[in-house]
Amino acid sequence: MATLDSKIPSGPLADKWQKHKTEIKLVNPANKRKYEVIVVGAGLAGSSAAATLAELGYKVKNFVFHDSPRRAHSIAAQGGINAAKNYQNDGDSVHRLFYDTLKGGDYRAREANVHRLAEVSVNIIDQCAAQGVPFAREYGGLLANRSFGGAQVSRTFYARGQTGQQLLLGAYSALSRMVGQGGVELHPNSEMLDLVVVDGHAKGIIVRDLNTGAITRHSADAVILATGGYGNVFNLSTYARQSNATAIWRAYKRGACLANPCYTQIHPTCIPVSGDYQSKLTLMSESLRNDGRIWVPKKKEDAKKDPASIPEADRDYYLERIYPSFGNLAPRDVSSRAAMRMCDEGRGVGETGLGVYLDFSDAIKRLGEPAVRERYGNLFDIYHEITAENAYQTPMRIFPAVHYTMGGLWVDYNLMSNIPGLFVLGEANFSDHGANRLGASALMQGLADGYFVIPYTLGDYLAGQKPGARPKIDAAEFKQAEENVTAMTRRFLSNKGKEPVSHFHKRLGKIMWEHCGMARTKAGLEVALQKIPALREEFQASVKVPGSADTLNQSLEQAGRVADFIELGELLCRDALMREESCGGHFREEYQHPDGECKRDDEKFAHVAAWEYQGAGQTPLRNTEALNYEFTKMSVRSYK
Amino acid sequence: MVAPTAKKLFSVTLRIWRQAGPQQPGKFVDYPAANVSPDMSFLELLDVVNDGLTKDDGEPIAFAHDCREGICGTCSCTINGKPHGPGKGIATCQLYMRSFADGDTIVVEPFRARAFPLVKDLVTDRSAFDQVQQAGGFISVRTGAAPDANSIPVPKEDADLAMDAAACIGCGACVAACKNASAMLFVAAKVSHLGLMPQGQPERDKRVLAMVQMMDAAGFGNCTNQYECSAVCPKTITHDFIARMNRDYAVALFREKFKPASNASGGAG
Repeated sequence: MATLDSKIPSGPLADKWQKHKTEIKLVNPANKRKYEVIVVGAGLAGSSAAATLAELGYKVKNFVFHDSPRRAHSIAAQGGINAAKNYQNDGDSVHRLFYDTLKGGDYRAREANVHRLAEVSVNIIDQCAAQGVPFAREYGGLLANRSFGGAQVSRTFYARGQTGQQLLLGAYSALSRMVGQGGVELHPNSEMLDLVVVDGHAKGIIVRDLNTGAITRHSADAVILATGGYGNVFNLSTYARQSNATAIWRAYKRGACLANPCYTQIHPTCIPVSGDYQSKLTLMSESLRNDGRIWVPKKKEDAKKDPASIPEADRDYYLERIYPSFGNLAPRDVSSRAAMRMCDEGRGVGETGLGVYLDFSDAIKRLGEPAVRERYGNLFDIYHEITAENAYQTPMRIFPAVHYTMGGLWVDYNLMSNIPGLFVLGEANFSDHGANRLGASALMQGLADGYFVIPYTLGDYLAGQKPGARPKIDAAEFKQAEENVTAMTRRFLSNKGKEPVSHFHKRLGKIMWEHCGMARTKAGLEVALQKIPALREEFQASVKVPGSADTLNQSLEQAGRVADFIELGELLCRDALMREESCGGHFREEYQHPDGECKRDDEKFAHVAAWEYQGAGQTPLRNTEALNYEFTKMSVRSYK
Repeated sequence: MVAPTAKKLFSVTLRIWRQAGPQQPGKFVDYPAANVSPDMSFLELLDVVNDGLTKDDGEPIAFAHDCREGICGTCSCTINGKPHGPGKGIATCQLYMRSFADGDTIVVEPFRARAFPLVKDLVTDRSAFDQVQQAGGFISVRTGAAPDANSIPVPKEDADLAMDAAACIGCGACVAACKNASAMLFVAAKVSHLGLMPQGQPERDKRVLAMVQMMDAAGFGNCTNQYECSAVCPKTITHDFIARMNRDYAVALFREKFKPASNASGGAG
């Protein structure tokens, strides 16, 4: 049974972080250089952490499976980053951002973590602006804002439709500076394949060089994982094709608890699926909902008609109808389920009937085409490339797709997992978004963790570790972990199978989407829990992995990742089955209000479920951490 | 969730560069591909071909890819002689098969440049770009030391132009398109982005000198002003930034030669 001490500081909510910072232990500057820290991943959380820790004087090794840290998938975030700057004078404050985020997460996040996130949000904008991030500006030269879902203020900062790219390039520039100065040793094309735990503490990793196949051991005083989410368990998602859960899954198998895996986010505005060959779904930024209006025909028989031929009176602007105070800016989970209900009623549009319209004709009338082009031009271009349709003339067709995972490795207030010395940042942890993440909050959390939380909290752990005491890489634990990795590789390559890895990934994705997607039921989840273990056995028996271990072998890379996804998918379904309530992105059909909204059960489920590995073939253990709300009332989330 | 497609399917031949490693010889190999949907992306066709090769005991084609939405800059094929293929303002992953016709032979090669050594098949090593960034592609600002963001106003025109330059995805198409394998557009985009912002002024001279020096050291060629780079850039970054960088470079060189050096050495401690 794992010990889950959240280590939330005592005292008033608004003072906790300040108080904690003054009370935690520090490492003196001369000692910092004696500590080596491994950072895995170089997205917003990883690169900001690696750069900042190196600035402080720690010796940092940064591992990234991409060929360059700049390619991590944070780069693809489009819309923006939230911060409680209140530059618009529209009533924003740290407290309001805290409250919106907590409510947006359907009261399933820790109050103290969310409040800290809102507090440091303002520092993030300052930091990024100083790095030269070209944020959108007003004519007077000050920063511009836009609105995002789940908020009634305008607090989202942005750089056209490429905010994630610009923030990541900012963090990458800080990282590059520290690489140039020798503070960070960069290991690109390097995939972490196991975590090394020595005397109960995380002290190293096993890495495969993707270009040469070389397996190496790396020892450190602490290990930080910033390796992103596990949404590709659904195969089709808005994630990058190579985004994977291998680092967090292998850490789970070494004893780190995985919290709330069933909290997955389905984004309402993505380009619909077109065929079986499809490799990914492309997101259309939520920012489009500022000016686009979402509708379906009122009558089923109009669903296949040319949208231009459907008169205004026959259109159902269903979000504006059902949620008048938030309208087209209702939160993501609410909007996604509403779209699904429209399609279930047979009013979905497009060839497949799995789509709704996102219509800009009113915005073009009101603002003119050039203004709409300036705001969203690149998104309209992306849409055109994929569908060959011109969204200035005809409405976009959109449909929900898997986009983000709120669940992740369990961490305490210091972002340390239940394995001492193992820290988890960004989307890879579970901490700040509860059961649903609001738009423009992922970038905020990644950078908060990397720039402003871990630089303080890492010291608190390291101060208790003797400088220079990290184990040598010839220790038995390293040898055992390396053998674990090489054995796995050997098994894949010597398997006499018939089917490529993608065959199994697609089948897993279909099971997950059908039984554990936007709406879940007990019966469906039980079916999934039969199908997934069967798929795992079939995968082990009949996957075919060509090529060798000592060269670039993309099939081998993919095989390891899909093996992990199959196991993680099973845990995800198990978590969804056990959580007998609906909250945020986790919607159980049995638990809903008469109007189709989520029905939480705070009596039984106001807790974090943190799963603990018990060995191959054993049912994992479900630990819980109670969510004690001292300052906010858990209420019914309403956007009406 | 898989939709039937009513569109007409067609066939093409992929003529692909295969090379097992940097030291092995390479050659073109033809792969026929049938039942191609116009709505399929070019990389999705490579996925399908690779699954076929796996089943038939062949070795799949190694190709670089990740986000598949034109922003990460990983994908890097020269298609029918043009980096990223026939489209304008797109990366390889944004190329859809509707750009080709039934019966076409499509020639696919890696990005070729001395500074981008080949890893395998269509994959090259573009870490030289990272080295250029490490030499000076940043504003030196420690985390936590920043003033309030609105205390540094940036004229909208400057911010917009900086953003045009900052849109670079670091794919290397500019280098692959250039007969000299010059990285001038890539370096100019970074130098211009930071040089256009007030925050970037203190290190403006030092930055351009360091980045250009590293660019030369990494083995990239010189610019002879033919602008194939901006013609193939997936973000249509203009070669005007090259002129801007040249001016910055000349000014910085001049100032470096004639500026009196400060006597500063350490603190008063």
